[in-house]
Amino acid sequence: MLHIVACIKQVPDTKIIKMNPKTNTMDRASAPAILNPYDAHAVEEAVRLKKRYGGTVSVLTMGPPPAVKAIKKCIEIGADEGYMISDRAFAGADTLATSYALTKAIEKISKIKPVDLIICGKMTIDGDTGQVGPGIARRLDMPPLTSVNKVKEINVEEGYAVVHRKLEDGYEVIQSTMPCLMSVEKEINEVPYSSMANMLKAARYQPIIWAVADLEDVERTQLGLKGSPTIVSKVWAPTKPRGGTMLEGEAAQQTEKLLNILLEKKELFSVKGGDKS
Amino acid sequence: MNFEDYSGIWVFIEVKDGEVVPVSLELLGAGKELADKRGTELAGVLIGDDVTHLADTLYEYGADTVYVYDDPIFKDYRTESYMKALLECCQKYKPEVILYGATSTGKDLASAVATDLPTGLTADSTILDIEEDTGLLLASRPAFGGNIMATILCKKYRPQMATVRPKVMKALTPEPGRTGKLVEETASLKEEDIRTKVLEIVRHTTQKVKIDEADIIVAGGKGLGSPNGFQLVHQLAETLGGAVGASRDVVEAGWIEHHHQVGQTGVTVTPKIYFAIGISGAIQHIVGMQNSGLIIAINNDPNAAIFQSSHYGIVGDAFEIVPLLIEQFKQVFNSEVVDHV
Repeated sequence: MLHIVACIKQVPDTKIIKMNPKTNTMDRASAPAILNPYDAHAVEEAVRLKKRYGGTVSVLTMGPPPAVKAIKKCIEIGADEGYMISDRAFAGADTLATSYALTKAIEKISKIKPVDLIICGKMTIDGDTGQVGPGIARRLDMPPLTSVNKVKEINVEEGYAVVHRKLEDGYEVIQSTMPCLMSVEKEINEVPYSSMANMLKAARYQPIIWAVADLEDVERTQLGLKGSPTIVSKVWAPTKPRGGTMLEGEAAQQTEKLLNILLEKKELFSVKGGDKS
Repeated sequence: MNFEDYSGIWVFIEVKDGEVVPVSLELLGAGKELADKRGTELAGVLIGDDVTHLADTLYEYGADTVYVYDDPIFKDYRTESYMKALLECCQKYKPEVILYGATSTGKDLASAVATDLPTGLTADSTILDIEEDTGLLLASRPAFGGNIMATILCKKYRPQMATVRPKVMKALTPEPGRTGKLVEETASLKEEDIRTKVLEIVRHTTQKVKIDEADIIVAGGKGLGSPNGFQLVHQLAETLGGAVGASRDVVEAGWIEHHHQVGQTGVTVTPKIYFAIGISGAIQHIVGMQNSGLIIAINNDPNAAIFQSSHYGIVGDAFEIVPLLIEQFKQVFNSEVVDHV
């Protein structure tokens, strides 16, 4: 029986977030908080593996109290248990401090029930780094398997997993000992609509919430802002390009103008037999 | 931690199929500027099986020193083996900065190394600078889906590390015959210590033109309405001999596979000509294509942001414009072929 922990995060929907043009800061109120889309795939994969091999799926998040909503979303997807670590001491954590805090939480979860597999999303849409997953793996001394787009096999008895790891132009098939940590690509699965039963369960569900004091062997200097080697020194709005020439006229005139521009670069089109001399 | 013990700008050299990948050469170019500013050396860390001869290429592209770990154990990239080598090299020679390509290998390795050292790591940087006197690395990157740019510092730890997006930095013009210092190292590592095995590597061969290497890219967005409408993009790409690109919306809607996605969460491209058809121009897309040689936007919304980032724009119905363009293009080029016969 597998015990899978999926690490998740609640994030502002950066696709629709608005910027304050005067201060170059994000108007967080303009974007709803959602379950990080990549993490939905991580939870879905955990649930699928549970169905295939039997076991339990726990989800874990670090965040402020409203992040309970993201855990409920995971329960809707099919997770069994939700854990949240929430404390002011975690605030301002970069990827290194985040992986430290989550590791401490996973160590505590492991005492309740040993963990065989950790699954993370590829990255969060508000941090865009993908560094927390491998960080947790290193801290727990598990092999980190990043860019996983298929879990081919898990052999619980013999303690190994075979996965496809996405490369720029293909994939590699990797066998790893377990326990291990996978961070998964979006394409690994599709998250279906939740069942009514799961939605009802989620509505009532209350996760287990731990503060720093509830975790063991925590070095406070490694938490939050204090434990973060990186700091953001400056933010600015990307420079707006000036915009170019509009090609006016009827459609046929527009395309003709465009064609003339393309013809200036006709050496590029030799593929189609444009210039054989 | 005594910062004075740390010096030199390092680049992790990624090798694929026996060759140095382009981003590593780009990073040598970027690293050279940083090294010159600091008056320090530029080094490459080369890990692999039968790779020592590649050091010559690295010298030509600006490396002063190459640290090499050449052993069959490094035949395939594996986090644990490569990490071990790089950590040992770091502890022995103490660099001030390490740069990695933001590729699946580079990101994987950098994340693991940063945790073990430990030190700070900035992901997907697009601008690098260094303070001459303090050696503080200023790594800037798009953040929050490209809505803002942020400069990230790592003040209290060395080495400072960053992954850097491919195609953003420029490689130096190689200087034939330029040489440097080769430092051969061996890692204290046994096969039994490594818990992963690469069973097989499968490369996509179906991709006609690889998007990150294409001279011409025709990209389409949600404005094309449907997977069927998106066929227009394929038709134009085929006519022009280009690759097909897509916006995030289109990939998320499942009209095309993710490896066609251009932008912050896709690939960064710098073709000679980039067509954006029915793409609104969200910043997340723009950061992935803004350095293209010639950007042409076709959109029916005259206020679409994409026009701000284009060299030429056509306001109109793509379903009218694109077929016309295909037809006119074929006429011109077919007649040229005839002329030559």
